[in-house]
Amino acid sequence: MRFGAPLAAAVFAILLWQVVVVFTALPRFILPGPLLVAETWWANRAVIAENTLVTGLEVLIGLVVGSALGAATAIQLASSRTARVLVQPMLVFTQALPVFALAPILTLWFGYGLGSKVAMAVLIIYFPVTSSFFDGLMRTPEGYLDLARTMQASRRAILWQIRVPAALPSLASGLRLAAVYAPIGAVIGEWVGSSRGLGYLMLLANGRAKTDLMFAAMLTLGVLSVLLHLVVRKLTARMAGEAR
Amino acid sequence: MNAAPEIVVEGGASIDGVPLFAPLSLVLRAGEWTCLLGGSGVGKSTVLRLIAGLQTGATFDGAIRASDDQPVVPRVAYMAQDDLLLPWADVARNVTLGARLRGEKPDAGRLTRLLGRVGLADHAHKKPAELSGGQRQRAALARTLMEDKQIILLDEPFSALDARTRADMQELAVELLQGRTVLLVTHDPGEAARLGQTIAVMSHRSLDHCAVPASPAPRRVDDIEMLEAQGALLRLLRERAA
Repeated sequence: MRFGAPLAAAVFAILLWQVVVVFTALPRFILPGPLLVAETWWANRAVIAENTLVTGLEVLIGLVVGSALGAATAIQLASSRTARVLVQPMLVFTQALPVFALAPILTLWFGYGLGSKVAMAVLIIYFPVTSSFFDGLMRTPEGYLDLARTMQASRRAILWQIRVPAALPSLASGLRLAAVYAPIGAVIGEWVGSSRGLGYLMLLANGRAKTDLMFAAMLTLGVLSVLLHLVVRKLTARMAGEAR
Repeated sequence: MNAAPEIVVEGGASIDGVPLFAPLSLVLRAGEWTCLLGGSGVGKSTVLRLIAGLQTGATFDGAIRASDDQPVVPRVAYMAQDDLLLPWADVARNVTLGARLRGEKPDAGRLTRLLGRVGLADHAHKKPAELSGGQRQRAALARTLMEDKQIILLDEPFSALDARTRADMQELAVELLQGRTVLLVTHDPGEAARLGQTIAVMSHRSLDHCAVPASPAPRRVDDIEMLEAQGALLRLLRERAA
C-alpha cells in the first residue's frame, strides 16, 4: 500500500482544522486546534500511554475471542442445515438490537474491569466475522464440490479441505472489519463504567471541559485502530490472496 | 486396474415436467472413447453428470448400468472445461486431491510418474496461477489419472484451449487414458471426429450414432477421412438443430 496520498490528505485536513480554529477564534473548550492538542498529547503522554495499553489489551483479547467465536459459528452454520434454520434468524435479530444498550448490563455481569469491555468488543465483531465467513463458506465454486464428490469425499473432508480454504478470503475481510470495530466496542464498554482506558480518559476529560485532552485520547484511539487494521491486513494478506 | 466395463445409459430426462431429452440409449463401449456431440443446452452434460452421480437439476427416468453389474459412481473420474485446480494448493497437492480428501496417503511414486508423463515434473511445487492454460489442463489430466478409475468422464475439457494446445492435449489424453472407458462430451465436431471410436450426435429429440473414420484415434489433424467425418457431423448437428 502507498502511504503518500493518504498522508498528504491528513496533513491538509489538519491545516484546515488549524485555519478554522484561528479564524473563528472559538474558545479552546469548544474546539481546540491541532497544535494545542499535540501539546496536550505530549504533556500527558504517560497517562495516555497507560490508558492506551489498557484499551489495547481489551481490544486484542476481544478480537481474538470474537473472531474465534465468529469463525466457529460460521463453520457450524455452514455444515448443518438444522443450525442454519434454528440460529440464522436469531443471529439477524440480535443484530437489530442496539448492542450499546447492553453495555451497562455487561458491566453488571462481567464486572467493572477488563471482562465487560472484552465482552462488548466480542459482541460488536462477532456478527461481521460470522456473516462474512459464512457467506464465503456458502459460495464455494460448484465445480470444486462436483470434483470432490466424484472423488468420494466425505462432507467433512469437503468442508475442511475445500470449503474452508476457499472461504478464507471472506474470513479475511471479516477480520479486517473486526479490527476496526473492536476498539469501538471496548470504548463503549469503558464509557459505561471503568476507571481505566482511553474511553474512560475521554469521558473524564470531557467532564472537566478538557476538550484538548479528549481530542488527544480520541486521536490516539484512531491511530490504534488504524495500526491494528494494518497489522490484521498484513496477517490476512496470504489468506486473502491465495484462494482467488 | 481391472478391465474397464461397458456402460449403458437408457432413459429420458425432464426439468419440471418439460422434457430435456427424449428417451435415449447410449452405450459406452468398454475401454473405448465415446464422443457425445451436441449444441448447448441439449442435455449432453446432464448425461455425463448422471453417470457421475452428480446433481443435475433434471429428473432422470431410466437406468445407468455397467456391464459387470458393479456400481458405476465409485469407479468414475471427472474432468471439466474448468481445470478446477485449487488455487491455494500446489500442483502435487492438486494432483493428489482425491487421496487427501479420502484421508488416504497419496502414492508418491505414482505422482512423480504421472507428473513426468504430462510434462509437469519440474512444476510439482508451483501454484496453478503460475502455470499456462495448457499446463493447468495437463495438471487436471494428471489428477484425473491419479484417481486410476475405469470410467473417465470428460466434459469439454479441451474447449477453452488454443488450437495447438488443444490438439496436443487430445493426443496426450488418448495416450494416457488407454484401456479405460471414456465419455467425451463436446460441441466440437472436429474433436469428435478426431477422438471418437463411437460418435453420437445428441439433440433434444434424438440421439444419432454416426459413422466413425476407419483410422485409429487420435486421427491426424489433416486426415482426409477425419475431415470428411467432421463435415458430416457438423451437417447433422445443423439439421438436428433446425
